[in-house]
Amino acid sequence: MNKPDPKMVPMREQDPSERRNNFKEVPYGYSLDEAICEAKRCLQCKKPLCIDGCPVGIDIPGFIDLIAKGDLKGSIKKMKETNSLPAICGRVCPQEEQCQKVCILSKMGEPVGIGRLERFIADWEAEQTNREAPRKVASSGKKVAVVGGGPAGLTVAGELAKLGHKVKIFEALHKMGGVLIYGIPEFRLPKKVVEREVEYIKSLGVEVVTSFVVGKLETVDELLNEFDAVFIGSGAGLPWFMDLPGENSNGIYSANEYLTRVNLMKAYKFPEYDTPIIKGKHVAVIGGGNVAMDSVRTALRLGAEEARIIYRRSRKEMPAREEEIHHAEEEGVIFEFLTLPIAYHADEKGWVKDMECLRMDLGEPDTSGRRRPVPIEGSNFKLPVDLVVVAIGNSPNPLIPSTTSGLEIGRKGNIVVDTDTGKTSKKGVFAGGDIATGAATVILAMGAGKAAALAIDQYLETGKW
Amino acid sequence: MKIIVKESIAKDLTKFVIQSPLIAKKALPGQFVVLMVNEAGERIPLTIVDVDKEKGLITIIFQEVGYTTKLLGKLAVGDSLYSLVGPLGKPTEIKNYGKVIVVGGGVGIAELLPVVKAFKKAGCEISSILGGRTEKLVILRDQVKEFSDQLYITTDDGSLGEKGLVIDPLKRLLSESSDWGLVFCVGPVVMMKAVSDLTRGYKIETIVCLNAIMIDGTGMCGGCRVTVNNKTKFTCVDGPDFDGHKVDFNELMTRQKRFLQHEDKSMCKLNKQINNE
Repeated sequence: MNKPDPKMVPMREQDPSERRNNFKEVPYGYSLDEAICEAKRCLQCKKPLCIDGCPVGIDIPGFIDLIAKGDLKGSIKKMKETNSLPAICGRVCPQEEQCQKVCILSKMGEPVGIGRLERFIADWEAEQTNREAPRKVASSGKKVAVVGGGPAGLTVAGELAKLGHKVKIFEALHKMGGVLIYGIPEFRLPKKVVEREVEYIKSLGVEVVTSFVVGKLETVDELLNEFDAVFIGSGAGLPWFMDLPGENSNGIYSANEYLTRVNLMKAYKFPEYDTPIIKGKHVAVIGGGNVAMDSVRTALRLGAEEARIIYRRSRKEMPAREEEIHHAEEEGVIFEFLTLPIAYHADEKGWVKDMECLRMDLGEPDTSGRRRPVPIEGSNFKLPVDLVVVAIGNSPNPLIPSTTSGLEIGRKGNIVVDTDTGKTSKKGVFAGGDIATGAATVILAMGAGKAAALAIDQYLETGKW
Repeated sequence: MKIIVKESIAKDLTKFVIQSPLIAKKALPGQFVVLMVNEAGERIPLTIVDVDKEKGLITIIFQEVGYTTKLLGKLAVGDSLYSLVGPLGKPTEIKNYGKVIVVGGGVGIAELLPVVKAFKKAGCEISSILGGRTEKLVILRDQVKEFSDQLYITTDDGSLGEKGLVIDPLKRLLSESSDWGLVFCVGPVVMMKAVSDLTRGYKIETIVCLNAIMIDGTGMCGGCRVTVNNKTKFTCVDGPDFDGHKVDFNELMTRQKRFLQHEDKSMCKLNKQINNE
């Protein structure tokens, strides 16, 4: 066997100067030839480390081998044995931290582009007009309610349906997808891809109800009268603010509001769509995660002259995916590292006009293992801004924890679960995703959904808790 | 989500009775719904004014002020909303407060009605003050009267009741007696501010029902934030009722103006649509 190319087959992308003016997806995806070429780089390890690196345990060498052999139908089938949402995972998973990180090829160059191949095979299937209908499974006669139509809920629903259980998803918003539809921008995850994956879950027999707020319209306790088990995947939808002076001035958004207006409500198409958005010329986004990157890149696309990331640590500590940071840099985002906002000042009409910041130094490592940022005394400076997006994180949404009896709640408002099974302290009730872990990633939520599905199946079969 | 009844109750004030058995079953006084007129529409919050649990109906009353409410007003009996979610928000705390003054202004009177009913049922003695620019805008007078021990009406132009603002009879009531258990007020922000400023001096518990700009209505977006007692609260999940003495009304008034420029653009679009019809 020839030594594989140390470099991944590059993926063509929209030019940065072009794409910073539109909401179209940034990477174009592989062609068939590119995909086969990349698939052939996989060494087909006897003990594949990549599978262990994947929260949902995809047979990675298996699906890649089938691409290399040109058996695309076989490849997607193999994929869907373990992953119901590959077009989404292929785009938004932090592969470089998971499967690709442990790929043996990274020792001699770049790892196999697992995420890119995953995306390729999912998109290939979507283009087929005669998509294979999912196999109908014999009904178990058991009913499961899933609270929340985001990544955790969709995964658990898909897995349970494949096992023959009757599943109904209750979603609070008017569209399915949770953070995939309201949070992640079009240029990173086109909404039609999410809609396609939701349709697939429905084709497995899953019923979905939108505009249904569990905890208000019906409580989890009431759902238990009708369903044999309930899975709570209601997410971390309670945005944090910093409680700074002037933070409620006009022109200061939470990232959730900013992204929801743009993505779910399509405010970037205002007035064709009716929801407005305030477009800044001098924009500051507070935070260093993926949500901050999504917000700042959105601000550019809405016409910002200057869009800044304000982050209190250094580039090294930034929690965002390397690829997202890189994309933002290419598009011209300005990074203010080691910078902490301490106050906002508004004009006489109540609109934010500048923010006061402090420069920081990195001190000793804190409990997270990252060096703690320490303010430099007297380093105050003012930054003129007309739009600020606060993207420093979210708490678990308290609606369900506060309306469900006998549910153990953690210090941070999360639902306490057994991490292997998603079991809560309440019989028949499982939970997973951000409501259990606090704000995390799409794939971790899917991993939790997958683990919970197995545990729910077992509970439904045996009745044992 | 089908509209069963459509009624014009005053100029630009429209009442819909909408089929929604689940919401009707659960809704309590003070709660609201978030609705969308069509797929491209905004999500807007509206108070649930009445429910018929048996027939599975809810009533909303809205003022056709902006683009979305005007669009909503164009729907007819038999039409369905694109989406409707609720009941949202904390219900108003209903108990026997003793002697209560309720104050309603404009479309706020509609939001007041379910609370007045519930207060009466809980045994409160109710003095109601309703205000509007002119006679026709003092809506639902008979319905509020039915549950009130006293009713006072003010209009800006003097076409009904006494000429002036709701503050005038409120001042008299507060100075005539000292045993008021509660003042409950819903109406324009400037009115709720004036009422709260007045009752603060008398140290009478005052609840206001805030109508902030929202998107999801479940605490997710943080757009409806309001400063209460120097802390940021979300109107949708912490409210909509708050202690009027602790609300930063000036900030709320400023925040309510965030999208005025956008509103002009939307109205422009609406006018074009109407001209093309």
